[in-house]
Amino acid sequence: METTDIGLWGVPLAMLGGAIRVSTPFIFVSLGEAITERSGRINLGLEGTLVFGAMSAYAVAVMTGSPWLGLLAAALAGLCFGLFHGWICKFPKVNDIAIGIALMLFGTGLAFFFGKPFIQPSAPDLPAIPFGAWSDIPQVQAALNVNVLFLIGGALAVFLWWAFRNTHIGLIVRVVGDSADAARAMGLNPNTVRLLATGVGGALAGIGGAYLSLYYPGSWTERISSGQGLMAVALVIFARWNPLGCFAAALLFGGAGALGPALQSVGVTQGYYLFYAAPYILTLIIMIATSSPSRTLAGAPGELSITK
Amino acid sequence: MADTVSSPDVRTILDVGGYRTALEWTARRAEAFVIPLAALVVGMVLFSLFVLAVGKSPVQLYETMWRGGFGSWFSIQNSLSRSAPLLLAALCVALPARLGLVVIGGEGAIVLGGVAAAAIGVALNGAPSFLVILLMGVGGAAAGGIWIGVVGALRHYRAVNETISSLLMAYIAIALMNHLVEGPLRDPASLNKPSTQPLADIYRVGNIPGMEVHWGLVVGIIACVLSWLLIEKTRWGFAARIAGGNVRAAQVQGLAVGPLIVGFTALAGGFAGLAGMLEIAAVQGSANGSLAAGYGYTGILVAFLARHNPLAIIPVAILLGGIDASGGLIQRRMDLPDATVLVLQGMLFIVILFSETFYGRFKLFNPDLWQRPDFLRGNV
Repeated sequence: METTDIGLWGVPLAMLGGAIRVSTPFIFVSLGEAITERSGRINLGLEGTLVFGAMSAYAVAVMTGSPWLGLLAAALAGLCFGLFHGWICKFPKVNDIAIGIALMLFGTGLAFFFGKPFIQPSAPDLPAIPFGAWSDIPQVQAALNVNVLFLIGGALAVFLWWAFRNTHIGLIVRVVGDSADAARAMGLNPNTVRLLATGVGGALAGIGGAYLSLYYPGSWTERISSGQGLMAVALVIFARWNPLGCFAAALLFGGAGALGPALQSVGVTQGYYLFYAAPYILTLIIMIATSSPSRTLAGAPGELSITK
Repeated sequence: MADTVSSPDVRTILDVGGYRTALEWTARRAEAFVIPLAALVVGMVLFSLFVLAVGKSPVQLYETMWRGGFGSWFSIQNSLSRSAPLLLAALCVALPARLGLVVIGGEGAIVLGGVAAAAIGVALNGAPSFLVILLMGVGGAAAGGIWIGVVGALRHYRAVNETISSLLMAYIAIALMNHLVEGPLRDPASLNKPSTQPLADIYRVGNIPGMEVHWGLVVGIIACVLSWLLIEKTRWGFAARIAGGNVRAAQVQGLAVGPLIVGFTALAGGFAGLAGMLEIAAVQGSANGSLAAGYGYTGILVAFLARHNPLAIIPVAILLGGIDASGGLIQRRMDLPDATVLVLQGMLFIVILFSETFYGRFKLFNPDLWQRPDFLRGNV
């Protein structure tokens, strides 16, 4: 692509474009985790789900030629991982955080195992919509080339925000998350609700993985995810379990993740690797700033082990 | 024991020559061995099914694994070398676990410990070797200790979740290593694989006499034994176990929980940092990207398999070192991806965690529930 010299304006523009591109997996993983955590469990295994979703989406897209079938495969794989987590955690003394760590290792291992033959071939991409077509400047066009999944993610955030407040199912998930005893008194089975909530959460994380391998960066490698699944868990806490907050936080994290490549694009190479640490440092600072030893977090589900 | 006090008469009648006492003693301790071993077997059976499903022979796989890990003196030495960093990395999980903390970012402490040790070794070039090696060890341990100690401090003083923060810190540590190794500390001569300047030979940690295994194994085993003594035999360990059970109760007792948490996490990170130093000084010879080889993550599995008991870590680390070591042979002989070992480890991890649910469920392991003879039933 021919580049027009737009000077330092390139940095914020590249960061905006980067924020939109990089944030999409964060949006899906964090919305999925928000559903799971609202039901009172925490699934740290979404990192593994993300990687396995990326692999299965890529593999199916290579074999069938359809990125949408790949997306479906990733969602189904994620659903299976989520349901497994939800099922195994219902047994007494089985710790949801530890199982999450195990599933993180297992999901990544399984993805590497089955993904070996798919490192070479190339798969069709998920489509993007060129919102920047009005502009003549290639950088603007590149920044505003928005993938459909980003738009779906935004719509989903609004829908979930509405659904948690206004629907029967939303209420059930919140009750189970706040007090398993209250839920039992209402005749609900907390384990079933959590099973389904973790399953849906896993499916969304799988879709996030499909975005990684089918759009940006757009290929399957063993280093495709570097903690996005885990950062998304921290992000949900920062967003106070509010889906709209998750969306905003995901954009912020995406922008931080795009800082390194954006600076490199205008020729800043000093401390290049340090900028790659920006999203992790940002997550950590946000966690420090928003946690407090003396009070529980506003909006935290009462049954969640991570906030106790 | 409580039941001895409540029914001494029954005990005297049944305690013929201490036989029953010995049986009960065995039964109470057997649970901690039988359940993890059974879980290990179940995990291996499930993995066999997985191997069958991808069209390979599980028998051949386990045979290859045995040969690659423990089949010959050569492979045993290879496994032991790999278990050295695992011992220390597992302590980085097991020590905080005694306080109820799940720290999974040991990889970061390993990486920084390695970089710090390499920097010290290069900077002090020319000094006496014992001094430099000692300072490299201290520096590596300090770097790792500070890194994980911060995680503990954030946990106690700011209520930041230690599981997430430690993993974030690990990613930051790896970025920091890449920055240092590709920038300020880079040896201009290392072209393909950016590294720090190689350590002079006199600053390298050698092998145990008569073996092709470096001294890191001995260091790791000593660290495990000392950690066990710390937890089981000292008042700090006792305080840590109380705080791990119930923080409020510990505070009511006047225990300084904050320093306890920071101290234990710093010590844990120090061990992981030492693992990084040993990887530099005994294996790599310079700090480079190979430091992030995943020992920190396998260490998590080792610690959970050992149920956070430092003595149990020793055999488990050797077992997993052997499984790790056999990865290459499995890949070559059976045409399976190198990630096969990861799948097995993941399965074992899940089964072991699941087995937690069976503790206290079996009557066999609880003499208090054993059926008393009929003629005594009325009396007790």
